[in-house]
Amino acid sequence: MSRPIRAVGLAADKPADHNPLRDPRDRRLPRVAGPCGLVIFGVTGDLSRKKLMPAIYDLANRGLLPPGFALVGFARRDWANEDFANVVHEAIKQHARTPYREEVWSQLRDGCRFVPGELTDAAAFDQLAKVIADLDRVRGTGGNHAFYLSIPPKYFPIAVRQLRRSGLSASEGSAWRRIVIEKPFGHDLKSARELNRMLDEVFPPHAVFRIDHYLGKETVQNILALRFANTLFEPIWNANYVDHIQITMAEDVGVGGRAGYYDGIGAARDVIQNHLLQLLALTAMEEPVSFNASDVRTEKEKVLSAVLLPNDLSVTTARGQYTAGWQGGVKVPGYLEEEGIPPDSRTETFAAIKLEIDTRRWAGVPVYLRTGKRLGRRVTEVAILFKRPPHLPFEETATEELGQNALVIRVQPDEGVTMRFGSKVPGTAMEVRDVNMDFAYGESFTESSPEAYERLILDVLLGDPPLFPRHEEVELSWMILDPIEGFWASHGAPEPYPAGTWGPASSHAMLAREGCAWRRP
Amino acid sequence: MIIDLTDTNASKIDSALTRARHSGGGPGLGMVLTLVAVTAERSHYDAIKAANDAAREHPSRILAVINRGGRGMGRLDAEVRVGGESGPGETILMRLYGELGHHADSVVLPLLLPDAPVVVWWPAHAPGVPRDHPLGALAQRRVTDAAPEAKPLAALRQRADGYRPGDTDLAWTRLTPWRTVLAAALDQPFDPILSAEVAAQRSNPSAELLACWLGLRLNVPVDRKTSRGPGITSVRLQTESGEIALTRPDGRLAHLTRPGEPDRTVALSRRTTPELLAEELRRLDPDEVYEDCVRAVPVEEKATAS
Repeated sequence: MSRPIRAVGLAADKPADHNPLRDPRDRRLPRVAGPCGLVIFGVTGDLSRKKLMPAIYDLANRGLLPPGFALVGFARRDWANEDFANVVHEAIKQHARTPYREEVWSQLRDGCRFVPGELTDAAAFDQLAKVIADLDRVRGTGGNHAFYLSIPPKYFPIAVRQLRRSGLSASEGSAWRRIVIEKPFGHDLKSARELNRMLDEVFPPHAVFRIDHYLGKETVQNILALRFANTLFEPIWNANYVDHIQITMAEDVGVGGRAGYYDGIGAARDVIQNHLLQLLALTAMEEPVSFNASDVRTEKEKVLSAVLLPNDLSVTTARGQYTAGWQGGVKVPGYLEEEGIPPDSRTETFAAIKLEIDTRRWAGVPVYLRTGKRLGRRVTEVAILFKRPPHLPFEETATEELGQNALVIRVQPDEGVTMRFGSKVPGTAMEVRDVNMDFAYGESFTESSPEAYERLILDVLLGDPPLFPRHEEVELSWMILDPIEGFWASHGAPEPYPAGTWGPASSHAMLAREGCAWRRP
Repeated sequence: MIIDLTDTNASKIDSALTRARHSGGGPGLGMVLTLVAVTAERSHYDAIKAANDAAREHPSRILAVINRGGRGMGRLDAEVRVGGESGPGETILMRLYGELGHHADSVVLPLLLPDAPVVVWWPAHAPGVPRDHPLGALAQRRVTDAAPEAKPLAALRQRADGYRPGDTDLAWTRLTPWRTVLAAALDQPFDPILSAEVAAQRSNPSAELLACWLGLRLNVPVDRKTSRGPGITSVRLQTESGEIALTRPDGRLAHLTRPGEPDRTVALSRRTTPELLAEELRRLDPDEVYEDCVRAVPVEEKATAS
């Protein structure tokens, strides 16, 4: 039923069907975004300088940005266009992934504009509208503009209201206006719905891009390829063979400059709600009927709606807060001593939860999610741990060191896949021990793993929404997390753990009770 | 690590490779293809360098084959390079003497990676029918380059005659950025196209392929014009309402003009051999669009070129 509707919806964004130079057999030609511009709010921020600007340059360098592309900065600075261009230039030289080339920069430089102002300042938005109209005239951006809100979430409503008031959110004819927001998408179900309602009033659903930059499209596609392009894994990808699943996202840094945002939000809302639950959905979902946006989304929504919370949250969740300690050879302060954190803060910097998935495929397989700051090392991975063999035809001493077989999808750093299985130790005695077999994407296909932001920005400009979460997914994940947050709010404080370790004792106890142990990633 | 082997054979090379790999802690396990570069003594340095650079994107076992010719009994000298300068893969430089020069495949065959695709690349002069060359017959993909040939346009015509699925030419690869911008330009609404014109340096095989591509896809007459270069300098499409032009006078920055719209600039620099090679290695299936275009190269070009 939804197919014809979707086809019509996309037709406006897709290249004209009658383009005689396009040939489905001609796979050398990439899709290049049509004439357009990108407006970044909060352009002076770290994210903008370290990620967005370099990503834009790298796209231009790879020939994927349209001729005449325009980049508009909006921030509270007294800058002229040239000052802004200089900032962009510096950011590119420092952080771009691809080599610097003068001609690529000159393509970008002429399209750089800056609008000084506050988000509350109506005149600044009117000025922005003028700048954009002017760009359409001199750069030929054709009325197509994307607005990237690289600002704290509390300013989303005011920015969106200003965009509507100044007429910037409205597009004429076949031109488009799109809006990009970054996680967090609210801080609970209620606020997420509030945010969605507000965006819905101003932008149609297909024009809203929710970016979870931790989860690049490349990673998502790698997981989909691993699961659905092979026959090797699918037969064992179920409760008959899988013992449990562990999904980890560990950071070695502390809260740093994000204190104002982080305190009161905490690890679970910051990471589990979006990143870990997205990884869970991709790992556990059934095979989609196709890889187009809505079919993948349907499967993700199905599996998220089947997630069950355990009854007793006191023994199936754990949370912690890091204290001062030594992290990789550096002495670091505890969370409560970080600048901008109230000394009595009860915000968790570590969260671990157990979930179950109520489907035929996963019945009885626990899924453990954990995330935290100031942990042992920076790593994100999905580990599938398999059941032990029902019978081992060896002497007991031969298999003492044999653990569970594991398949680990490494997301970062060093994206790849690790398989862990038993192998004989060389020598005359029969002894079986665990060994790793590694595959690294970086090794086999380096160039084709572009920075997540490049893919995200390109998808926004092409109007390709496939792997951005839609508001249904966001709301489903809050439904999973809200009861846990509610329970934590009324049950004491997070347990301290020293910086540089793998979290509080309660997290290890939580798995030990069920006869498992966290992998050391 | 570099291991020199004189008067050797494929199995000794193989064990030298294994030795080098073990001592280096097992690199090179993620290699995705074997790239055979058939080159001459004087150009082998550049060819291996380009192959090594391309191998950063596609970790490969690179087999550089130099036929030293000469008479008498065959002899094989080899140099095995693993790690360090040679990038993420492995490089084996082989010099073939005497009658062994006619049996290069016997040396290369045992050194191909198991199951992985094989690409043969002739950086300079290519055989008439690459598929029928003993090394070409081992490969899924055969990469030639018409540009450095003595008579580039005649070479292009020869490519069409000797075409077999899996052949490709770097003169075609060089066009991808041009074709990308042109195709993107026609993603926007445009008026019917009446004729086209390609201007380039004399005897530029890429320009000829571009003209053929435009002629085939747009079904309009395409003029070839000679300019002072470098390379291709402009493509003009005459429409009912005016001209859509992509001009690149300096080989770096191009301008796109359309009727009634402001000029737009786009970076369109000439790419290096490693970049071209890396693009070739990205897809290993037959390039049917190249086949169409190279077969469309007019026969009279042969006459003007020779």
